[in-house]
Parts: sequence; C-alpha cells; structure tokens
Amino acid sequence: MTATRSTSAATPFIELSRLCRTYVSGEVKVHAVRDVSLTIGRGDFVAVMGSSGSGKSTLMNTLGCLDRPTSGSYRLDGVDVDGLDRSALAHFRNHRLGFVFQGFHLLPRTSALENVELPLLYRVPMIPASTRRSQARSALGRVGLAERLDHHPSQLSGGQQQRVAIARALVTQPDLILADEPTGNLDTRTSIEVMALFQDLNAAGITIVMVTHEPDIAAFCHRTILMRDGRIVSDTRPSARRDARRELAGLPVVDVPTGPSEP
Amino acid sequence: MTPSRFRALSAPVLVLVLFVLGLFPAPSSSARADSWEGLTNRGVVRWANDAEGGAPYIFHPADDASKLVGFEVEFAEALCSRLGLRSEFVQYNWANLIPGLRQGGNFDIVVAALERTPENLAQVGMSRPYFVFGQQLVARAADTGITSLDGLRGRTVGVLGATLSQRLATEAGAEVRVYDENVNYFRDLELGRIDAVLTDSPIAEVNLRDRPLLRRAGRPFAPGFYAVAVPAGDTRLLERIDGAILELYRDGTLERIYRKHGLWSSEQATIGTWTDSGEAANPVTRPAGGFARWNVYLPILLRAAVTTVWVTCASMALAVAWGLVLAVGRVYGPAPARWFSIAYVEVFRGTPLLLQLYFVYFGLAQQLGWKLSAGAAAVLTLGLNYAANEAENYRAGLQAVPRGQTEAALALGMTPWLTFRRILLPQALRISLPSVTNDFIALFKDSSIVSVIGLVELTKEFLIRALDAGDYLGLGVMTAAIYFAMGWAASAAARAIERRLHP
Repeated sequence: MTATRSTSAATPFIELSRLCRTYVSGEVKVHAVRDVSLTIGRGDFVAVMGSSGSGKSTLMNTLGCLDRPTSGSYRLDGVDVDGLDRSALAHFRNHRLGFVFQGFHLLPRTSALENVELPLLYRVPMIPASTRRSQARSALGRVGLAERLDHHPSQLSGGQQQRVAIARALVTQPDLILADEPTGNLDTRTSIEVMALFQDLNAAGITIVMVTHEPDIAAFCHRTILMRDGRIVSDTRPSARRDARRELAGLPVVDVPTGPSEP
Repeated sequence: MTPSRFRALSAPVLVLVLFVLGLFPAPSSSARADSWEGLTNRGVVRWANDAEGGAPYIFHPADDASKLVGFEVEFAEALCSRLGLRSEFVQYNWANLIPGLRQGGNFDIVVAALERTPENLAQVGMSRPYFVFGQQLVARAADTGITSLDGLRGRTVGVLGATLSQRLATEAGAEVRVYDENVNYFRDLELGRIDAVLTDSPIAEVNLRDRPLLRRAGRPFAPGFYAVAVPAGDTRLLERIDGAILELYRDGTLERIYRKHGLWSSEQATIGTWTDSGEAANPVTRPAGGFARWNVYLPILLRAAVTTVWVTCASMALAVAWGLVLAVGRVYGPAPARWFSIAYVEVFRGTPLLLQLYFVYFGLAQQLGWKLSAGAAAVLTLGLNYAANEAENYRAGLQAVPRGQTEAALALGMTPWLTFRRILLPQALRISLPSVTNDFIALFKDSSIVSVIGLVELTKEFLIRALDAGDYLGLGVMTAAIYFAMGWAASAAARAIERRLHP
C-alpha cells in the first residue's frame, strides 16, 4: 500500500540533516535539538529514548511536521517539508502521518466510530459519509474493536481507548506512525497488546517511530536511538527482538486484539 | 429606583412564602394608634423626603455638598419647631414614601411634595395645603408649535410616575413616558427624545433657569396642593399640623421661605382660605387587593413581561457573541488583544450597571450626539456589561479543555482554525453552559434596571400597579411567579441543551 508513493528506492524515507531547534525563553536560549542528522528507512520500527529535556519530544514534533527546525533540513519521502505552508502541512499530516499519544486524546462523549472518522471528516473534497463510516469500521476491526463501535471513551478500558486512538491513526492509511509513549499509561499486559498491534502494523509495511522511557518496550523495536542534551548519543539495532504475539500466547487470554485483517 | 431583586431566595420558596402570606388580609390601616403622645415623649419628629427630588424642593447646594436645603426642608423645619419638637430628616425613596408611611417605623410624617389627591387620601391622612402649585408645560424653545396640553395628542410627553401630570397628559391623548425623577425628562427633552414635559410649576421654575434650550409653553394650570402626609386615622397629629401650617402662613413664615426660592405667587393665598371640601370623607373606592383582581392585573403584568423578555434575550445574544470574541482574544490573541480583553472585563464588571446605563443613554447623547432609543441603550448596556461575565465563563471553558485535545487535533491534520472551531469551542461551551444559564436567568432580573431610562418592564409595571392597587403583596406574588416562570423556562431550555451535549 506504500510502494506507489516512494519516489526512488535510493532515497531514504526520513532524512534529517543537521537539524537544530532553539527556543528563546525571555533572555535565555534553549537548544532543544543540536545538529542532529538521522535517516530512517521505509518499514523501520524505531524507539527513541532519553530522559526529559533530552530533545526527543522536539525531534518527534519535527518529524510530525508540528514544529519547524531553526536550521537544517527535513525531507520525508522525498518531500521538502520546510517548504510547505501551514495549510499544506496540515494536509500533509492528515494524509501521510498517524499520531498516537500517551493520553489517547480521544473526543469525550463521542463514539469510538466517530472518533476514528474524525481525520476523514474535514477533508476536501468531502468523503461521502458511507465511505468514511466503512473505513472507520475496518480500522477498528484491525485493532480488534469491531464489537465496540458505539462505545464512548469513558465506557472503554485504557488499552481499548489506546486501540481506538491507533485506529484513528490508521484510518487515513499513513506511511508513518509517530507514537509518543503509547504504553506510558497502560499496565504490562495491555502494553504488550499494544506493542503486538504495532508489530503487526510494522509487518504490514508501516514505518513507526515511538518515544518510550521503558527499555522493555524499546526491545520490541528494530532500532533504538538514545538522546541526551539534544544530541543522539547511541543508535543500536538489538540482535534479539521481543515478539509480542508470542509473549501474549504464553499469558492467560483476556481480550487479545486479532491480527490485521488486510495485507 | 433600585430594582427589586429576588435573587437571595430561591424563586419557588419565595413564591410559596408570598402565597401563604397572601392568604391573610393586610392589617387595616385605620386601626393605627394615635402617635402624638409618642412624638412629644421623644421630642422629635422624623420627616421623610427623597434628597434626589432636587431643587427647589430638597437638594445639596453647589457650594456645600454636606448641607441639605430647599423650600421643603425649610418648611419642614419650621413646622416641627412650631409643633414644639425637634426635626429629624429621614432619606426615603420617593416612590415608596406612602407605602413606607403606612407600614410605619421608619418615619412619622412625609413632607415631600405629596399631592392632596383622592388617591393619596385613600391611603394616608393629609394635612391642609402648605404649597399651591400648577401644572406647567415645558417645550423646546425652537419648537414653537406647542402652546397647550390640547396640542399634544399623539406626541410624547414626559411626566413623573403616579402624579397629576401623568393623569392629565394621559387624558389629553399624549404618548406618555413615565420617569422616576425630575431631571432626566428635561435632559431627554433637550435631546429631542420627547416633545414636551408636563410637571409641577416649581420644578419647571428651577429647571428653566439654566436650560436656555427650553421654554414655558403656556401658563400654569390645574392648581394642586402639596400636603403633609401622616398615618391614616391619626387625627390628633393631623389637627396639630393643620394648625401649625395656618400659623406659619399667617405670620408670614411661609411667604418668607417661598420668596427666598422665587416661588411665591398670589395663588398661595389659598393656603389661608382653604377648607376641607370633604374629599377625605369620600375616598375613591379601591379594589380589595390586587390579588383578588388577578384577572385585571395579570394580563397587564404579562404585557410588561414581554418587554423584559425581549430586552433580556437581545442583551444576552449580544453578551454571548461579544463575550466569545473577548474570551478568544484573551486566551489566544496577541498581547494587545489580551490586554484589551482584560481591561474591558475589569472595567465592565468593576463599575455599577446603573452608572453604565446612564453613561450610554445620556452621556453618549450629550457628548457625542448619539441619541440611542431607550430600548437600544438598554440592550447595548446590558449586553456590554454581561459580555464581561460571559467572556470569563468562556475563558474558564477554553482553559478547561485538556491541552492534548489541541495537540491531537493538529496532529490529525486539522488546521488551527478548524481545531478551534470543531474541537475546542464545542467542548469549552459545554463546560461553560451551567454558568451561562446562571447569567441568563440573572439577566431576566437585572433587566429591571432599565426602568430608570423610561422602559416599563415587569418590575416597573409591578411598582406602578402596586401603588395604584395599594397591594404590594398580591401583585408581588404575581410578579414573582412570572419571573419564576421565565427563569424556569430558561433553565429547562438549558437542561435540554445539556442533555443533547451530554448524551
């Protein structure tokens, strides 16, 4: 589903070059990210680790086109993101990226189905309601919530809410999912369930960049980047990766999401 | 002048209390005891007037604001001293002087240009005249067409409420606008909001001195008498006062006082020759009470409630729209918008609504020539004032929406404007709704303040009719019930909206 968008096999999917981001707070200059260069290939699954203030949130915001670098360049799938204006950036986020947050950030008092439809709701030209609905239903099916379409966030467990949020990120069929501590609010078992889902999506070709504080969770990824004081201090690929599905099979069955229903 | 507010008690409790009280007849005023004994024991007479009455009756002179002067002040002091008692002034709202006297306790007599009319005689005892006045028609100097009351059919005439002027102007077929005190109608006449003023000659006399734009239209007519009011049935006190007035007239004290204020005229001779023609013996028959005649008064009150409803709804619409702009400016705007919004809110909620109303209605007209109608001025003032409250309600709502909602919406690819409109605003309004409902109901009651610029809304109509009927309790129950019904309808609507927003 992503092959058609690739401009050339030789171009890296994500290409950050000499990225700097400086905030001015009164008289003080804060260097959040200092001279970071990074490439991430299509289909990679990257964990970004580091203590607070290490620059990982700024890096994620830049990758998510929510923040602009002070200097340096950012190319995503061959597109020079710096050259886009505000509404073009919004369009780009809507069509190419999916976001998952630690606090889920679902609309309260709104059903799971409507929450997942939201990214499709304000597209121009308009998507017919029936198409929106069926795409949202299939995204919820992919995360194993086909039976919970009409539930409101307050009627769902934390793990289920995070799966609705993942479905919302998936419904636009993005090439890249950015997740900011997606398991930070979840217990161990539910965290593994969410990681199983991410591993399934990654296996289906979606590139994932995920911030986490927990080395146990980073161990589910292909690659771990460690940041400190705005710089990348290590970039490793563990030889043995944890397999979430297999670990879940060894745990008592409670409410395991099924695997992806489409290729 | 202060609007009556029923805020402190919850409306249903108030209605219940008034209803229960309404079942018992008011105490008969004729059973009041003789007060002369008490007065001589105390050695002092407490006489009531309203210092807002102004020159020449009772006023603070320009050179010494701590003093109270005027021909009624001097007359009252002379009267008390002739009775052999000390004089003590009691400040009381003019429109409530007669009910206040009937109720008793606060003051003993009223010396406040009360007219010796059958209506007043039916409620309180009245002395022989201490001053003879006429009705004076006043028009703009430039408007030479107006010469007498007969020429005023269909034109707008300002009068004081519950006076002979009001009755005469109404009978002449004029469009009557009722005022609470006697400076505002001259101001409105100068500004061209009304065509003429019909008022007591002393008021015209003094006000024409420094208003070159206005002129007397014709001679004074329809002579009337100012008399001292005492509690009904207190004949011994009344006889003493009648005797004292006659003495003050005969020894020239009254002439000296009235000449000093430029008010002496040959008509004052009536004070000496007057005899009781017996109108006190045949008081106008009054209905037993407003409550018994609900079929007459309820429709009148309901018509006035229509004014309350439209003033309230229009003001609230303005307050909601403008308040939203202010709140957005404060939360998301650049520094100048933020500062403007903060200053606006502080100024509008930090100054009295009544003052703002005068500023908009008279201030703008006099300084800038913006002659707003009373309705427009009322809606504008209430709207601008309540916008300050609404702005704070919406700000609370906007700030209560979790930050993650904005982050998520932007990340989903919504533009900042779309995020505000579709994600933040609906959630913020939902949070603000209970406070907004609260303000809406409060506005129904606060809207009564607009009566000071001549709009007859529910509370004003209640005051006028209660004075007519001499029944504050029965009409009060009806009025409270109407306010309650309006507030209840507003809450019910708000609850329905809330149910829709919180499925």
